[in-house]
Amino acid sequence: MSNTLTTTMTGTDLSMDTNLKDETGGVSLWKDAFRRLLKNKMAVIGGTFLLLEILLAIATPWIAPYDFEAQNLELWVEAPSALHWFGTDTLGRDLFTRVLYGGRISLMVGILASLVSVAIGVTYGAISGYLGGRVDSLMMRIVDVLYALPFIFLVIILMVYFGRNIYLLFVALGMTQWLTMARIVRGQVISLKEKEFVQAATSMGVRKSTIIFKHLIPNCLGPVIVFMTLTVPTVILEEAFLSFLGLGVQAPMASWGTLISNGVEVMEIRSTVLLFPAMALGLTLFSLNFLGDGLRDALDPKGAKD
Amino acid sequence: MRTKGTFQFRSLFVAGPLVALLFSLVSFSAQSPAPQVLNWGNGTEVQDLDPHIVSGVPEHHIISELFEGLVTVHPQTLEPLPAQAESWTISKDGKIYTFKIRKDAKWTNGENVTANDFVYSWQRLVDPKTAAKYAYQGYYIKNGEAINKGKIKDLKQLGVKAVDAHTLQVELEAPAPFFLGVLYHYSLYPVHQKTVEKFGQRWTRPENIVSNGPFKLESWQLNKVLTVVKNPVYWDAAKVQLSKVNYWPVEKSDTEEKMFRAGELHVTNEIPLPKIPYWQRSKKDVYQQHPYLGTYYYRLNVTKKPLNDKRVRRALNLSIDREDIVKHVTRAGQIPALSFTPPGTGGFTPEGKLPPKVTPKTIAEAKKLLAEAGYPDGKGLPPIEILYNTLESHKTIAEAIQQMWKKNLGIEVKLFNQEWKVYLATMQTLNYQIARAGWIGDYNDPLTFLDMFITNGGNNETGFSNKEYDKLVRDVKHETNQAKRLKMFQRLEDILMDELPIVPIYTYTRVYLKDPKVAGWYPNVMDYHPLKFVSLK
Amino acid sequence: MGLGYLIKRVLTMVPVFFAVVTLVFFTIRFAPGGPFDEERRVPPEILENLNKKYHLDEPLYQQYFRYLGALAHFDLGPSFKHSNRTVNEIIAEAFPISFELGTYALIWALIIGLLAGGLAAYKPNSLFDYVPMSISIAGICLPTFVIGPLSILLFGLWMEWLPVAGWDDWPSKVLPSLTLGFAYAAYVSRLTRGGLMEIRNQDFIRTARAKGLKESTILIKHSLRGGLLPVVSYLGPAFAGLLSGALVTETIFNIPGLGRFFIQSALNRDYTVVMGTALLYFTLIFVCNFIVDVLYVVLDPRVRYE
Repeated sequence: MSNTLTTTMTGTDLSMDTNLKDETGGVSLWKDAFRRLLKNKMAVIGGTFLLLEILLAIATPWIAPYDFEAQNLELWVEAPSALHWFGTDTLGRDLFTRVLYGGRISLMVGILASLVSVAIGVTYGAISGYLGGRVDSLMMRIVDVLYALPFIFLVIILMVYFGRNIYLLFVALGMTQWLTMARIVRGQVISLKEKEFVQAATSMGVRKSTIIFKHLIPNCLGPVIVFMTLTVPTVILEEAFLSFLGLGVQAPMASWGTLISNGVEVMEIRSTVLLFPAMALGLTLFSLNFLGDGLRDALDPKGAKD
Repeated sequence: MRTKGTFQFRSLFVAGPLVALLFSLVSFSAQSPAPQVLNWGNGTEVQDLDPHIVSGVPEHHIISELFEGLVTVHPQTLEPLPAQAESWTISKDGKIYTFKIRKDAKWTNGENVTANDFVYSWQRLVDPKTAAKYAYQGYYIKNGEAINKGKIKDLKQLGVKAVDAHTLQVELEAPAPFFLGVLYHYSLYPVHQKTVEKFGQRWTRPENIVSNGPFKLESWQLNKVLTVVKNPVYWDAAKVQLSKVNYWPVEKSDTEEKMFRAGELHVTNEIPLPKIPYWQRSKKDVYQQHPYLGTYYYRLNVTKKPLNDKRVRRALNLSIDREDIVKHVTRAGQIPALSFTPPGTGGFTPEGKLPPKVTPKTIAEAKKLLAEAGYPDGKGLPPIEILYNTLESHKTIAEAIQQMWKKNLGIEVKLFNQEWKVYLATMQTLNYQIARAGWIGDYNDPLTFLDMFITNGGNNETGFSNKEYDKLVRDVKHETNQAKRLKMFQRLEDILMDELPIVPIYTYTRVYLKDPKVAGWYPNVMDYHPLKFVSLK
Repeated sequence: MGLGYLIKRVLTMVPVFFAVVTLVFFTIRFAPGGPFDEERRVPPEILENLNKKYHLDEPLYQQYFRYLGALAHFDLGPSFKHSNRTVNEIIAEAFPISFELGTYALIWALIIGLLAGGLAAYKPNSLFDYVPMSISIAGICLPTFVIGPLSILLFGLWMEWLPVAGWDDWPSKVLPSLTLGFAYAAYVSRLTRGGLMEIRNQDFIRTARAKGLKESTILIKHSLRGGLLPVVSYLGPAFAGLLSGALVTETIFNIPGLGRFFIQSALNRDYTVVMGTALLYFTLIFVCNFIVDVLYVVLDPRVRYE
């Protein structure tokens, strides 16, 4: 176990001892992990579902049966029919089309915001862990402090300022997630930097930044990927939460969160308005969780189920 | 039903049996309300109960029961009725009002309400130090505006004096035939001088407050409930039937609706928009819908291209289907607004100059106007954005209008929402092109709508300016002849509908749920419901 | 244990606290709009009077120092919106409610989570494992604003067992705390399962098993202490998250807690209330994490602080 508390504070069992030890052996180890992953049925189902969903999201503009903002005010919360597979919403818009487009937005929010958090978290954690000493302790103290900032406050202020810009939503949500990532990567780096290949590089006079970005970060990839599959659902949920408060994605765009909070209001009158977007969101989060679990087990055989 | 529920619950949680046991112990619902206790969903939490500090509608609901002004209103006709004043006379020129304050008018601490209380209170209203947001309700009184703006320092110069303890004389700046109606507004209620001076800002707390209305404050828990009980020393206490009123600040209309269904509320503040058709259709006995003195409209910024062109503004006005919007989007019996002043305001019904429905003819005219302005079929039109404050209902209306302009004129309009305070700041600085707005009348007279659009008026916010309009507004304020006034109002409407710095959309309705047990509660355009007339059957 | 470390940690929070005060103060002040902006425009003269009354006409730095001065006496200032209350009074009224809600939610989370997680670890890869774990994933996937209205509909309106809103006698507290605690119960159950599974494979447990001890005895006597570490480290952030995350629950159930004040005040530009609540949350989250650190040392003898 690493020396300070902070690394064990992640709350998840991600502080794995990575097997991806050196660069030469990397490929076969990844292959190995992939094989183990394929054995995990739930993870495979989850992964397939997600892949399908991403394809659907990309193809949405071509396959959606209706214009996503086209209203037919005569059709108020219609039941599913041959014309409208999922029925219509409170403005008579085709719900199937809305769910497709909602998925595009939600997945984009989830993936992009997670990438933001990965980019910040990995860089920060690697630098902190590698440099060590006072710099490390200062950088980690900053992380501690940021943990103590009420996240919702930050996002509300950002949304009040930049409400109309979807890219800032990605950044705002990503900002809230990078802290844990930084801690995980730092822990990894601390254990890695004692390893021979890093020691060797250091003694050969390789530049610090090269060591961090070429040697350390690639070797932290395992836990990073695992954590990212778990960050995506969190971010999607956070966006939904913001939508509920009226601070999420703005009209006429709609995320699953928006669709769900609209659906909740009329769930007694027409439950399908809630059911379909909620199912889309639920299944996606399910899949992400299963895939995340599978990946963790695959990348860390020691911790796998017996 | 019950067994099925238990089963679901059990499968939901692993601790099922234990929890199910717990629940079977508490299978009772909310306590049924005691007789003559009214539970009212009051929207947002009130800011304060000081009549000179607050500015909202939820505040009005409470303050107008805790305090009483010189007159009150008839719940059906909105005619002024005697209240703290038992009678009054108006001078011939319409500028001097003399009120006889009733001898049995009492404060909750037993003291008499006197003319001096009103003198003090109205001076306090216009005193710049009070910083009253509704100070301009005191501008009708002589020197009220000058004092409030610091031009006159001596509060005694205000045109109100106590002839004796029970006679109050008010001198107005100009004749205002609707002045008695203004008196029902809480800003002109009396406050108890000694209490205010003793406790400062905290005088409205339950332990300090002294008031003079049909009810008195019992308790006030922020964001939870505010309770008032019948005031036994109120002069007309014999008439008051409710023993207690709970005002519940429930922001989420969804929550409010559920509380109503569970019997925890008698009256709600609103109905969630998507559920209106459901209540309308299936629960006629509780569904309430009546016209409300307010207009929902879009402001057009006349200082910016392309909306600085009257023809473009008219084209936009001609190509939205107001009937479609009220029928399919808002769905609560709103009336398509064909003028700015709501029909029937203070006896004035403006001639509607705008088409309620879009027809091939109106579209043709709109297209022609657009082409004349240099944008045939919307070509070359600079990008236009509709600004609204973040709220589901504004969004749905904006989306519908966006579609109409796209379909009828071929114009692409963008939507753009801002959080409430940002939106207000944006409008004030004219940093928008089209912005959603709503205006609720302060009193039942067309002036409360039409004086908004004077040059640089605080609530104009469109950049609109017209010399004739400004002059007419000034003149109508000094006019006492009702027939002449109506003519002048029509002329003002004509100018407005010709220049069109706005897109009137609909006249508001109030839509809420009311328990059939509530009696003596009448629909009216001001949405005033004096509770001294209300009881529970 | 490292008392010095703990003291040092508290001391480093002091400058951080000031940094946060400054950051929050200026962020909220630079957001567009002011506390007295309303749809019905306040005439400029009246606005001037109002600003004077609340010292908003002074230069910003002067207001900042005024605020700091008052803060030194634990005076959080008057509320702009609720003009007959001070921020101290508002917090004193609303915070205990949020605290109570958070505590009950945490209790639910622990009861449900530990039982479900324990059961799953006791018989892994059986129905006892799959059912609770699937439900727990559902708990993570379903946003509070779906669970809340659904439970109101079910237990409030259809069964008529519990009130649909409010915060009075204890029946009214059941649904909100369950709604809030559900997602956390899901996390707790997963962490419990993970922690217990990991410790099962460790040597001293294997020894115990070899000695022929009953599996349930092993679980309770030997694994719990170590296996629950991840749960304990999760409790700090969880409790802090519960308090701020309560704002959706508070809105749905119309509970007069601090979360609602926070949202309202941010939207109303009620500067002093925003500051007060933000600082309170900040302090609270720090305290939670701090307590968890101490607990951690007590539970896991391997952890030592530098």
